[in-house]
Amino acid sequence: MKAIDADVLVVGGGMAAGWAAISAAKTGASVVVVDKGFMGTSGVTAPAGPNHWWVPPDTAQREAAIRRRLETAFGLADPEWMERIIDITWRSIPELDPYYPFSGDGKGGLFRSGLRGPEYVRALRRYATDLGVRVLDHHPVLELLGRRDGSVGGAGGYDRLGGVSWRARAGAVILATGGCGFRSGLIGSYSNTGDGYLMGVEAGADLSGMEFCVSYSISPAWLSTRTLPYTGARYYDASGAEIDVPAGANRTREHLLVLADAFRAGPVHADLHEAPKALRGVVRQIQPATVAAFERRGLDMFRDRFEVKLFGEGTIRGTGGLRIVDTGCATSVPGLFAAGDAATREHIAGATSGGGAQNAAWALSSGVLSGQAAAALARRQGKGAPDAALEPLGRAGLRPAGGSRAVDRKALQKAAGDEILDLDKALRRRADGLEASARTLEDGWTEISQHLRGDGRDAVAARETAAMVATARWCNAAALARTESRGMHVREDFPRTDPRLACRQIVGGLDRIRIRPDGARQEKTGGKTIG
Amino acid sequence: MIEDILSERCTGCNACVVACPDHVLDPGVADGPPVIARVEQCQTCFLCELHCAHDAIYVAVEGPGAGTTLHHPEALIGRLRHDYGWDGSTSDPLRDFWQLGPLLREGLEISAARHARRQTRALKEAGTGQEGDDAAGYPPAKAVTDDPTA
Ligand SMILES: Cc1cc2nc3c(=O)[nH]c(=O)nc-3n(C[C@H](O)[C@H](O)[C@H](O)COP(=O)(O)OP(=O)(O)OC[C@H]3O[C@@H](n4cnc5c(N)ncnc54)[C@H](O)[C@@H]3O)c2cc1C
Ligand code: SF4
Ligand code: SF4
Repeated sequence: MKAIDADVLVVGGGMAAGWAAISAAKTGASVVVVDKGFMGTSGVTAPAGPNHWWVPPDTAQREAAIRRRLETAFGLADPEWMERIIDITWRSIPELDPYYPFSGDGKGGLFRSGLRGPEYVRALRRYATDLGVRVLDHHPVLELLGRRDGSVGGAGGYDRLGGVSWRARAGAVILATGGCGFRSGLIGSYSNTGDGYLMGVEAGADLSGMEFCVSYSISPAWLSTRTLPYTGARYYDASGAEIDVPAGANRTREHLLVLADAFRAGPVHADLHEAPKALRGVVRQIQPATVAAFERRGLDMFRDRFEVKLFGEGTIRGTGGLRIVDTGCATSVPGLFAAGDAATREHIAGATSGGGAQNAAWALSSGVLSGQAAAALARRQGKGAPDAALEPLGRAGLRPAGGSRAVDRKALQKAAGDEILDLDKALRRRADGLEASARTLEDGWTEISQHLRGDGRDAVAARETAAMVATARWCNAAALARTESRGMHVREDFPRTDPRLACRQIVGGLDRIRIRPDGARQEKTGGKTIG
Repeated sequence: MIEDILSERCTGCNACVVACPDHVLDPGVADGPPVIARVEQCQTCFLCELHCAHDAIYVAVEGPGAGTTLHHPEALIGRLRHDYGWDGSTSDPLRDFWQLGPLLREGLEISAARHARRQTRALKEAGTGQEGDDAAGYPPAKAVTDDPTA
């Protein structure tokens, strides 16, 4: 058993983790990052090129941007949070100057709102390391450690290159484990299995907005890539006839419904003959991996017709996640913070995906805020209990309630993905369908919580299975409980938006799921905002 | 999926073992090339290839759909790292990156205009004179794509 000690322990290695580590280290705290993969390639940021919500510090412009975005948040977002993340984002990205090769914006200035993934996370890693952050790659976290008073005081995991278990004692822990893509094949999401949700709930934290997990991106059927080239695509049904697919801002649902009908009838194809002319010249530089997806099969992406698939994004580009209770991104459990896709993004996106600008700004800003707040807490309270008093909180997959026995993990993982991501189930939610899904997921959860157990390296896969099924269960229960349609959550049996339900919905609990409306206004006392 | 590690180029530095986010690779014995130990975990992200300074990795693209999977095409070895500009071939690898947002929006506009044209035509043919294409009685879905990168 390897022992690790830190003021702030950051779990994850993507954008949110990077910014959290940086901001905590700036306060002088000792910071350790433990990532399941490699901080530089893991998470959905790394193979992408996220664009941030980028609005200059001009009151009118910022107000207008916030107003526009509130219109599609369906009453669940908070303009103060929006303003906060726009400001933090605007001020933080230039800090990467020494680490990231910013280039021109085509108008004589520097282009800063979008950053290419591999260079972005590499820059965050270098910046963090320069500030003294210790980065431990391939150190997946398996569970949180609790203090006697109910607070979180560390985490335990497995060092998969070293082949040993580790245990970390920390003044505060930040979960930046990303969203859950249910192993849909969405690029970059293999490790994003909802581990942080499961660990958080085991420690007593709540989730919020889990019903908002209806998001898909189109790619060639054989490999999820970024979607830039396909926005101008033409689509063809199984018979070869062109499909009239609605397109444009604010038409995501119609777009998906038409495609879903076509997929039900057979394979759907696309071509890029009408893609913007300028794309050909630059796509190789903007998204090299997208070109490789075609080139390595001997295809010309702008000439050949190719089969497509919608890859489910679950809570990655949904908006649900761990509930936060203050502006320092604290969860309701003392010592435990959440950032990025691991946290709910309802504050800044409400019931509509924040993918495209808000999510990246949120990952950055919630990272910054949680890093500061976690460091402040660690400074105030120290590390609390001596190591021996920390109790491991992991259950399903590690310490099953019944006798451990062989469990068909593949089948359970698949069930979790199918129940949440299946296009018809997700786009046409109805009580009977959701109840049927609930029964399937309940059986899966019982099997897992009673019997699934993995040891050593195998514990990682066991916990991933448990986390995906748990996440699917929470998403499904939340969708069943919200008896209205709001944003991406559409119920066929409740097609209208119910003004009485214009509040967030809290989900918690392991064996018994508890759901309640979030009546409370955002508390504004806890963490402090920068500047 | 990661296809092969080209032993004639590989120095056994194991950088790819660490760089792979999904723990697909194990270090090789002595100074030998790493072993592709868990190929079923490979998400075809090409990032091991990008992080191999010796262009000793080739990630093949398999799966359903058009085309034929190419195995070790000579011209593509090192190509991805070159496209990213990580081979030192350019001092300004992101000079056109700013075009991402505008191109994405242009693509969306092209599709939206195409859809509008088809709707108008369909309405003319049907002779109803009605407008719009409300999707099967659902509340107007206001979800935003607005995804300047994807
Ligand atoms: C195709 C696509 C395009 C997108 N484009 C945009 C865009 O243009 N603009 C925008 O705003 N947003 C965009 N997004 C969303 C944006 O990328 C995410 O919001 C952002 O990357 C979230 O960062 P994160 O750090 O929270 O999660 P991630 O980057 O996914 O990182 C999660 C990290 O957690 C680690 N981890 C997971 N489990 C464990 C564990 N048990 N122990 C230790 N570590 C663990 C993983 O290894 C990984 O490093 C896009 C998303 C996708 C999928
Ligand atoms: S990074 Fe390249 S050179 Fe190094 S071990 Fe891997 S394949 Fe070999
Ligand atoms: S392509 Fe990605 S997942 Fe596959 S081996 Fe390489 S780095 Fe790992």
